[in-house]
Amino acid sequence: METLLTVRELRKTYRRGGGVFSQGTKGARFTAVDGVSFSVSRGETFAVVGESGCGKTTLARMLLRLIEPDGGEIRFEGRDLLTLRGEELRSQRRQMQMVFQDPFASLNPRMRVGEIVAEPLTIHEPGLSATERLARTTTILGRVGLDKDAMPRYPHEFSGGQRQRIGIARALILQPKLIVADEPVSALDVSVGAQVLLLLQELQREFALTYVFISHSLPVVAQVATHIAVMRAGQFLEVGRAEQVLHQPKNNYTRELLAAVPELPRV
Amino acid sequence: MGNFHALENPSEFRVSSFEFRVYDDRMSGLLEVCGLTVELPTASGWVRPVNEVSLRIAAGESLGLVGESGSGKTMLSLALMGLLPPGTRVSGEASLATEASMKQLTALSEREWRNVRGGEIAMVFQEPMTSLNPVMRIGAQIEETIRAHQPKLSAKEVKRKAVDSLRRAAVPEPEVRAEQFPHQLSGGLRQRAMIAMALAAGPRLLIADEPTTALDVTVQKQILDLLDGLRRELQLGLLFITHDLGVVAQVAERVAVMYAGRIIEEGPVRNVLERPLHPYTQGLLRASPTLKRGMLTPIPGAVPQLTALPPGCAFEPRCELRRDECTLAVPAFRIIGSDHAARCILV
Repeated sequence: METLLTVRELRKTYRRGGGVFSQGTKGARFTAVDGVSFSVSRGETFAVVGESGCGKTTLARMLLRLIEPDGGEIRFEGRDLLTLRGEELRSQRRQMQMVFQDPFASLNPRMRVGEIVAEPLTIHEPGLSATERLARTTTILGRVGLDKDAMPRYPHEFSGGQRQRIGIARALILQPKLIVADEPVSALDVSVGAQVLLLLQELQREFALTYVFISHSLPVVAQVATHIAVMRAGQFLEVGRAEQVLHQPKNNYTRELLAAVPELPRV
Repeated sequence: MGNFHALENPSEFRVSSFEFRVYDDRMSGLLEVCGLTVELPTASGWVRPVNEVSLRIAAGESLGLVGESGSGKTMLSLALMGLLPPGTRVSGEASLATEASMKQLTALSEREWRNVRGGEIAMVFQEPMTSLNPVMRIGAQIEETIRAHQPKLSAKEVKRKAVDSLRRAAVPEPEVRAEQFPHQLSGGLRQRAMIAMALAAGPRLLIADEPTTALDVTVQKQILDLLDGLRRELQLGLLFITHDLGVVAQVAERVAVMYAGRIIEEGPVRNVLERPLHPYTQGLLRASPTLKRGMLTPIPGAVPQLTALPPGCAFEPRCELRRDECTLAVPAFRIIGSDHAARCILV
């Protein structure tokens, strides 16, 4: 399969302390992502699993250059993302969109749903007529399971699951090739989370999407991933095909994570 | 065993909470809740986040209360702690066995609540960072609890008890930790400190409301093991509230499933998880991700608003097995075997 995304030795360090309350600890460095390499082929779901503080969210945001890496390389369809500037970077970004964890914090409460979903179009395709924009917005909302009458309403009028659908519609309206989803179901109830996971899988087939899927939950990842990377302290401890990582883990930490999953009795 | 008149006439549906008594009367009930209803005023009238709930917890027993957001599980726990917001109406009974007598929780004055809260019933919340005072040392916060219930103890004695309670919650180096502030502790240690604080004044019933939801899985496992050990050691009654069926399988002996304010299924944990009776419980199990791929089936639709509940079974609009009569009345409990029951006409 053709490679869409290649990451080499990606690195990010933060300066720890140095705030108002720190006393002389200024300058201590903390490595959030420590030389991570992987590649993702078209149509795959590459999942990154780890506990809080392992660096998975920093990694996700660096892939879209929402956080600037300190070192390493990101290639998207062969183009070096880290050297792109200005207009080039912006046009590249429409190929890569993000779905966030918290559907309450990631939607502007003062914008109507129609405006939220259409906003990427107004930025990336300013030449579009109002009618075309409306048509595209209606189509994508319908595709994620929301009615046209959602458009004039505000985010607070929707449930968590519906808001996550709005976030997915906003990410998809530019027809990107890559979606980076950071804990897309962990703020949702079980029955609603399952709906959103299945929707993401359907959309992947329909639009030939590639996912980078960030999660703390192995059971969630087991539902969607083709490949799994287990991350701890900024590094990948184990990377492999999903079945192999889940059922024949090589790394001790992977085994520990798997053993800690509270499993349901088999029905 | 109890009086199951729901079984005697299965075609009769009634709204009642008193028909379901599957408990062995020889078991000493620590908490007995019967027909508890909590009503909240809203712009569109009174709603019932807790609707005719009956349950019973014996000393040393753990009951898992499962529900999605809006099911009423947190409101129920607040009612049992006397922490309901002002303006709520409460009816039904909730009684707690104390050393001297059965205390009627719904009839306590605020003054009486002060002794019960912490002293008889304690609670551990989901997010330890927001329930701990950030500018007060851990030990001092625990000492505050102990002094509130045992004002005659000497300062030295109080301090010793605080460190003891940290040790009991398996906090390493309890003397050192007692001198630290909450931000100096990891999430798992903060939750242990919360448990230490909850148990410091020697309550008989512990309510744990999603105590591990904010924690990593490896830490979650340690906290669940700790709670289980403490329950056995101290003969605590444990009401464990969670949305996670996997967690319930680990900590609970019995499970009650809540939907739209009502308990819709109750029984021993293995029965409920392996042979669920109610279509909602079945759906919840099918929608819970496991390490096995491709088994996920979501429940269609969403939890109904309390202001617009269907007239009959609240799950009926989402239920694949619905029949016409499901809309007629709220189904009564039907009992299978000796101790497994569900509010569904198909049972």
